Amino acid sequence: MSQLVLDKLKERFGTAILETHSQVGDDTALVDAASWKAVSLFLRQDPALDFDLPVDLCGVDYPTRVPRMEVVMHLYSTSRRHRIRLKARVGDEDMEGAEIDSVTSIWPGMDWLEREVYDMSGVRFRGHPDLRRILMYPEFEGHPLQRTYAAERTQPLVPYRTEEEAGMPLRKIEPFGPEEGMPFGRVPPPHPEDN
Amino acid sequence: MEPLDVELEAGELELPADPMHLNLGPSHPAMHGTVRIVLELSGETIVRSDVQIGYLHRGFEKMCERGTWTQVFPYVDRLNYISPMLNNVGYALAVEKLCGLVVPERCQWYRMALGELARLSDHLTCNGAMAMELGAFTPFLWFVKAREMIWDILEEETGARLTHSFGRIGGMASPPTQDFKGLCRAALPPILELVEEGERMLLKNRIFIDRLENVGAISGPDAVGLGWTGPCLRATGVAYDIRKVHPYLKYDEVDFDVPVGTKGDTLDRFLVRLGEIRQSKRILEQVLDRMPDTGPVNCDDPAVVLPDKLDVYTTIEATIQHFKLIMEGAKIPKGEVYSYTEGGNGELGYYLVSDGSGTPYRVRIRPPCFQITGGLSKILEGRMLSDIVPTFGSLNMIGGECDH
Amino acid sequence: MGNMTAPNAASGTDARTRLTMEGNEQGFATTRVDALLGWARKYSLFAYPFVTACCGMEFMALTSPRFDLARFGAEAPRFSPRQSDLLWVVGTISQRQAPVLKRIYEQMMEPKWVFAFGTCASTGGFYDNYATVPGIDKVIPTDIYVPGCPPRPEAVLDGLMLLQDKIARNVRTPGVVKPRFDPAHSVEELVQLRRSARDSRELLPTLKEREARAGELDERHEGKIA
Repeated sequence: MSQLVLDKLKERFGTAILETHSQVGDDTALVDAASWKAVSLFLRQDPALDFDLPVDLCGVDYPTRVPRMEVVMHLYSTSRRHRIRLKARVGDEDMEGAEIDSVTSIWPGMDWLEREVYDMSGVRFRGHPDLRRILMYPEFEGHPLQRTYAAERTQPLVPYRTEEEAGMPLRKIEPFGPEEGMPFGRVPPPHPEDN
Repeated sequence: MEPLDVELEAGELELPADPMHLNLGPSHPAMHGTVRIVLELSGETIVRSDVQIGYLHRGFEKMCERGTWTQVFPYVDRLNYISPMLNNVGYALAVEKLCGLVVPERCQWYRMALGELARLSDHLTCNGAMAMELGAFTPFLWFVKAREMIWDILEEETGARLTHSFGRIGGMASPPTQDFKGLCRAALPPILELVEEGERMLLKNRIFIDRLENVGAISGPDAVGLGWTGPCLRATGVAYDIRKVHPYLKYDEVDFDVPVGTKGDTLDRFLVRLGEIRQSKRILEQVLDRMPDTGPVNCDDPAVVLPDKLDVYTTIEATIQHFKLIMEGAKIPKGEVYSYTEGGNGELGYYLVSDGSGTPYRVRIRPPCFQITGGLSKILEGRMLSDIVPTFGSLNMIGGECDH
Repeated sequence: MGNMTAPNAASGTDARTRLTMEGNEQGFATTRVDALLGWARKYSLFAYPFVTACCGMEFMALTSPRFDLARFGAEAPRFSPRQSDLLWVVGTISQRQAPVLKRIYEQMMEPKWVFAFGTCASTGGFYDNYATVPGIDKVIPTDIYVPGCPPRPEAVLDGLMLLQDKIARNVRTPGVVKPRFDPAHSVEELVQLRRSARDSRELLPTLKEREARAGELDERHEGKIA
């Protein structure tokens, strides 16, 4: 259905499109991070493509691979009714250089999505009007959806009450130790290679 | 008595000219629990607003990486918690798309029926809550009474009123009960009666219409650029309903219309939801007529579906299969998929990344009301403070979905 | 539809009679005043619904006519902490929301009670991660914990009745849940589900028939007819 889109992209951008695939019918193009904005602008403005609805933007962390963080954008065209997924890879193993252009000027809806990707995955968007945390509080340190962030590490804003203050036991059951519990809940599983 | 300012001439009195900052805090009756809007007001007019969400962020995506594929269902329920079956069905469809599974016909009709019941519940709650926040408490109680009838059916089918966790990869947790069709057919007329009573009470009320008309209007192209989908987008005139444009399950075999508004204001959103209630009823009636009464509900695939309990207790193959599915999870093929359905608020999308094991590598939900709430500060510009209440109510921001 | 139990006033009466009969150092008149205050407070709770998540839907169902909260006197929601005395914490409290909750609690005036509605408010639920407070008692003192995800409204009403008992006896310490009278043991069918396409009004004659038949059966048993 949208093989046309992938063909037009490859024709226009050539080597900037690193790879494409259509697994289970979803057309995907892996784009060089430097041409992110140019590709987005083309997709928006070309009359045969006309991607006007910004569907989603998210980050997927592959910490065993460099570049580590993959920024995934989904787009839809209400007039042509086709979809595309664009991906770009940024950031080395310590998330240095995890920066990519912001596309908020092309689709205003990307404003909050980019803030969320910054908040959760740590990717900075160059040119974003107001890049600050959206789901977590400003005092939070770290980016929770990176696989190196431990899920149980809390950073409470209000210090927890002590048992003397409460006058009754507050922790009734001890949490699981490192060897207890279901196997998949213990440590992050080994990461897949490049797809 | 003489007036106090009789000696003053106009312009002599210095009035402060800085805009006032007002905090519509996270704990506010009209903020659906968890949104904070920091307003800059000039008198009653909103100059700028900063909508701050995230007060209900529960780390859903991180939790999904620490379980199996089936253990995601309870988390997914609690996203749009007023229409949990739609979330369940959407996620199940996403995993099945990646596996290449197609569920049996009876299951497809069953999923449609439960989904439409959930959509009814969603729209009833949204409209009822919006009316209540404007002071009309009675229609809210009537709509909640209608919602209770739906929840009775869902409780009979799934065991829970609200967060069912009823979907499974490759089918449903259990087949429909014997009385399912009878219960649905018996419940629909009283529900529509209550909706009509509520409508009669609200739509003839001059004050209600005045508070909703031309408030919070947005144009079609603006809404599309913001990423809006669902009833809020259809109220602006763009007829994008995934059930019609990209049909899934058996939506291409049932007959229904898509209510579309004209101006994209709050009244249009209210009316579109009322229209969708009627269309959902229409779909539900057709589904109940066409759903087969016998036949399997789950797929045949032993790699993802739990075997029958009798077999588990008597044969060794079924025991091993059961054990592997529970302890390690269903092994979904490696790859990524983006699957979308029409949720209560719009395009509910799931982007799944699988590494071939029983644990999801990444589950990303595309929450429809995240984008919609992102447009709130744009449609509030220039409106008055009291316009926030109906506008925000009409967007149907569900905290669990928006903050996932 | 359905027979819902009336609020169990047995606890209140027991407390009152116990206090008046035993008496203590405070004296007869003060004890009666305490009992009166406890009675007045428990049946006129002004609620602050601190609603965040899915449990809020069950809270809405609770205030609706079917599971009527008004008959317990606890219906009036006051969205100002200055005017309320029962803080319903309904739904998950995230780390970001915790300072807000603490501030609301501190703004309320004594006497005040806190009701943890649902598992997320009691223990953090199954969100054992960086974003959730594992139970509001880590942040504010709590009186009643009602588990459930979300709890059925009947469970919440049960918790509310326990809270009313605590208010009447003016105790703040953890209490043992006393044995409750279960109406399911006495009545045949508590909830009549609409099981067929017939109108619910048509079910009434069937119910009456059934009662009449049950009455006949009783008579036969009494007459010891085999």
